[in-house]
Amino acid sequence: MKKFLGFVRKEFHHIFRDRRTLLILFGMPVVQLLLFGYVIVNDLRNARIAVLDLASDQVSREITGKIISSGFFRLVTYLESERDIHEVLKQGQVREVIIFEKDFARKLQSDGRAAVQVIADASEPNTARMMVNYTQGILMSYTLERNRNLPQAAAIIPEVRMEYNPELKGVYMFVPGIIAMLLTLICTLLTSIAITREKELGTMEVLLVSPLRPVQIILGKVTPYLLLSLLNAMVILLMANLVFGVPVVGSVVLLLAMTMLYILTALSLGILISSLTGSQQVAMMISMVGLLLPTILLSGFIYPIENMPLWLQAICHVMPPKYFITIMKDIMLMGNGLMYFWKEAVVLLFMTAVFIILSVKKFKIRLS
Amino acid sequence: MTAPAEAVITVKDLVKKFGSFTANDHLSFEVYRGEIFGFLGANGAGKTTAIRILCGLSVPTSGYIRVAGFDAFTEAEKIKKHIGYMSQRFSLYEDLTVFENIRLFGGIYGISRKAIRERAEELLETLQMQAVRDTLIGRLPLGWRQKLAFSVAVFHRPGIVFLDEPTGGVDPITRKQFWEMIHASAADGITVFVTTHYMDEAEYCDRISIMAEGRIIALDTPAALKKQYHASSINEVFTRIARNA
Repeated sequence: MKKFLGFVRKEFHHIFRDRRTLLILFGMPVVQLLLFGYVIVNDLRNARIAVLDLASDQVSREITGKIISSGFFRLVTYLESERDIHEVLKQGQVREVIIFEKDFARKLQSDGRAAVQVIADASEPNTARMMVNYTQGILMSYTLERNRNLPQAAAIIPEVRMEYNPELKGVYMFVPGIIAMLLTLICTLLTSIAITREKELGTMEVLLVSPLRPVQIILGKVTPYLLLSLLNAMVILLMANLVFGVPVVGSVVLLLAMTMLYILTALSLGILISSLTGSQQVAMMISMVGLLLPTILLSGFIYPIENMPLWLQAICHVMPPKYFITIMKDIMLMGNGLMYFWKEAVVLLFMTAVFIILSVKKFKIRLS
Repeated sequence: MTAPAEAVITVKDLVKKFGSFTANDHLSFEVYRGEIFGFLGANGAGKTTAIRILCGLSVPTSGYIRVAGFDAFTEAEKIKKHIGYMSQRFSLYEDLTVFENIRLFGGIYGISRKAIRERAEELLETLQMQAVRDTLIGRLPLGWRQKLAFSVAVFHRPGIVFLDEPTGGVDPITRKQFWEMIHASAADGITVFVTTHYMDEAEYCDRISIMAEGRIIALDTPAALKKQYHASSINEVFTRIARNA
């Protein structure tokens, strides 16, 4: 045991004396979380608009007021004539122009209908679609409210409730993904590099000749990464909660237990990679290309798996992070218990077992 | 060697096969306590395979092999405790200090913390390296590192130390100093089993064996071999043997 602890201490020295490793371990989580939390925002806030109010009556002003006070839009300017519309859009001053037709209130009163034209800058399609949807939504609710007291034809009014993430905050979705990504990065990438580095330097041979058993060597190498990544996961959860208000609805203990399980999966994959190659470069390539990219793209972290073509979906199903992210979302956002995701947990367990068995086999072949 | 020689390595009919390829073909030799035994051969002659077996890293196909009193088939773990090893590739951690390296390897071989500290001070004094006790290995010149690597390999006072091309890529002066250290260790009773590419180094050995194509084709003292092959140097002996093989 003393031998083992001495070996673990050495591993900590390696980690804390390597600036690159430190950066990945402690810089990455913070930067990633802030980046994904602040930069990749899917919801609309303060989109710049202009209004061309040809009616300038009570109703058009009321609607304009509603649009501005919604928080989604910020009124930059009132336009004077239709000629200015393209100018402000081209200059990028505003992203959307709303035009009320002449005699807006009167037409609404007499004809029962009046037109609002919405012109959006669709050079950014996602934002344009969102702006238009939000504008339509506001107009619709105004109409409904106005018609409430009138006898009206049968109408279907959807009552929508966004469950588990009522404000549709993007960061809710990213936090499980970021944790999965970082754990993959630390446990798989860093571990496989740490082990192959010993092979490259020739120190692995010296260790194998020593009375340390191979199991002790491997455990000694991964223990620090296990502890640090668990710590990391907790820091991310805490930060997500304090900075972005992401809740953990379900059991924190269960969440940490599942995190442990995924750490083991990622570690055993890292060990497997390092048993396949003796070069740090190759280990890094396998981890980066074969693992990190799929973690981001194919795990349902950013892009929903259901929308992918079938063959791509098949690949998604062999990606360990996918299962972990599902579990995380279940616990964090829905407050589900083990009953709801035991299948995913079993898949992770199974993968871990396979990785370990393969590495041991590979190791035995090398010895004989 | 006048005293009755005590064998610390006994190898009889060692065979190691990889599939249909025979890497070691019925090797038989003995190495005696306190001896410097040179293990020579061209690349691919089977030296590395034999050393890996003797160190307990690889299991032989057949034969009778005892190292430091333990059987290579059944007691590989015990062998590991009683030998030291230094490979041609550098074997200390560059991002650890001199003392941290010593403490790590001392600890791995089960030496108590107090003994490690005492022996480390002693060792640094002998090497005249007290000033760099807390310097990272990576900042030391190669020659110093090599000497330290050897000292670390014998730090737990093993009965036998295996040196696999320990002087590869080292300048001549350091090589000479390195061999002085090897002789000093042998004088202390540590058996030295060394492979080398440098034929002049073979002359420093008490006995040498020369391997070719998986077999030992010559084994004697350097002087006797030179006489046998009518050569003036081991280098000549080696080329003559290689030509015949």
